[in-house]
Amino acid sequence: MSKEGSAMGLELKGLKKILGGRVIIDNLDLSVNQGEMISLLGPSGCGKTTTLRMIAGFLTVDAGKITVAGEDVTGLGPDKRPSAMVFQNYALWPHMTVAKNVAYPLKIKGLGKKETTQKVEAALSLVNLMHHKDSRPGQISGGEQQRVALARALIQEPNVLLLDEPLSNLDAKLREKVREDIRQLQRRLGITTVIVTHDQEEALSISDRVAVMNNGRIEQFSTPHELYNAPATEYVATFIGSLNRFEGDLVNGVIQPGTHVTGIRPEDLTLNSQAVEGSHPGVVELIIPRGHFHEVVVKRDDATLRIFASENIPAVGANVHVGIKKSLRYLNGKLVV
Amino acid sequence: MVKAFKSLNLSRIGVNLFIGLLAVFILGPLFWLGLHAFAVDWHYPNLYPSGFTMRWWSKVFLDSALATAIKNSLIISPIVVLISMVICLPAAYAAGRMNFFGRKAFMIGLFSANSFPKIGLFAAIATLYYALNLMETFAGVVIIQLLGTIIYMTWIPAAAFAAVPKNLEEAARDAGASKFTVFRTITLRLAMPGILVAIVMSFLASFDEAQGTYLVGAPGIFTMPTEMYSLVQNYPIQVAAVFSILLAIPSVLLLGLARKHIMGGQLAEGFQLK
Repeated sequence: MSKEGSAMGLELKGLKKILGGRVIIDNLDLSVNQGEMISLLGPSGCGKTTTLRMIAGFLTVDAGKITVAGEDVTGLGPDKRPSAMVFQNYALWPHMTVAKNVAYPLKIKGLGKKETTQKVEAALSLVNLMHHKDSRPGQISGGEQQRVALARALIQEPNVLLLDEPLSNLDAKLREKVREDIRQLQRRLGITTVIVTHDQEEALSISDRVAVMNNGRIEQFSTPHELYNAPATEYVATFIGSLNRFEGDLVNGVIQPGTHVTGIRPEDLTLNSQAVEGSHPGVVELIIPRGHFHEVVVKRDDATLRIFASENIPAVGANVHVGIKKSLRYLNGKLVV
Repeated sequence: MVKAFKSLNLSRIGVNLFIGLLAVFILGPLFWLGLHAFAVDWHYPNLYPSGFTMRWWSKVFLDSALATAIKNSLIISPIVVLISMVICLPAAYAAGRMNFFGRKAFMIGLFSANSFPKIGLFAAIATLYYALNLMETFAGVVIIQLLGTIIYMTWIPAAAFAAVPKNLEEAARDAGASKFTVFRTITLRLAMPGILVAIVMSFLASFDEAQGTYLVGAPGIFTMPTEMYSLVQNYPIQVAAVFSILLAIPSVLLLGLARKHIMGGQLAEGFQLK
């Protein structure tokens, strides 16, 4: 933690928002380093978009403080905040050309014509859209529209870049490319960035850190690696990736009745045709091809387990031996180390 | 196969015949009107006019009463539209953008003036006008014509304002624009097609208004439609034909202009209660 706001790109303290009599965000804290890219990840209704809209200034806060690069912006309107947003559906103005859309923030600032043109061309080159500068938003593809929205945000030279579900309107193929493009651009410009997404793959692959949200609170805020390998709460463990979840304890490789909740990732299970040390016998019930791996469901005496296996796939009904390499243990929803 | 083809052919002939008759029914009177405007004389049982002339046109333009009526119409209608915009557009914005108590009642209430026989409403207003000394005044005519424009100038722009996506405004706010700048550069611009349609419809409503204008304006102030009454009685029918062609010109021009790209959808959109 830095002091005197010297290094924090964005800081949310004790944020609270009540909408329609319901507490949407409750006492939310979040500190984002300068130049860091983070995701707010969660199911719809978890409050991630509300949080983003409070950062942007479209929603006032009911309590708490928002600081951008050391400056308290809580009381400022969206026009006065040093943040720029890329909207989910891009929100390009249909009555203006691409160049005019991108130039708008500069025009509002009262920048000279020559300087504006230069900056607009630089911004459009950055997103490879110079050839479309005189097109209308309605004439270009969704991916191109998104790049225009990005250029319009970046030209404001914001301290914080806000992206609301930036990839959700793109088709699957394009999504991966745009994801990488955004990440590269963000790294190059060193701009503090907050992404809102409900797609865990997107969040894990693009972010330095991910804040998993649930019911208006942050369940865990850490690196993608930590999030996956040491989920702090049972909620995070089940939300991120796949999980075999059992009410009970793991004793000598067997699930037994107990006070804890045990979680095992499908890839942390071994599938053997012969008995090996620590493995227990079971029967293959179901095999689901999942592309580059198979999901194998094995019924053991203690539990039914889902296993991800990529080679030596047994047949349905075969007798196998399943070993457990690693497990997570939760008490009252919290990770027990 | 042959039978089916035949019946198809027959039904097609029937449809074409129907369309032809309909065209005659609709366009026939206009054609008759057009011929009359240039006819020296044309009476039953003559099949053709006895000759063609421009006399009636010069008569209309040289007659001071008729010229005054044309001038009045061309002055009053734009003023009515302007005042209607000043009064109704803010109300349309409120109705389209804000959800206040009684919004629907307000919007439907605007139709009340259209749901009674207008002449009764005008008669009642006339008694008020006598008290306020508005009879036979310019202001009196403007006010009476305003009534007919309100529906257009509130409903259509309200729908146009409501149709502007909120996030387009938010994006402009985010880009640093003040609320007023956002309204000026984004909201108003995007609602403009709807507002243009409302202007056209209001202009036509005002330009064609005769009942109220006659009741309130005559005999001091005549506009083109009210002048028609005396024309029919006091002039040869050819003059009336010329005059009604003149009266139709602005309507045809404006509707043609508006229809080109904005009309249909905006009008239909305009009269939906959301």
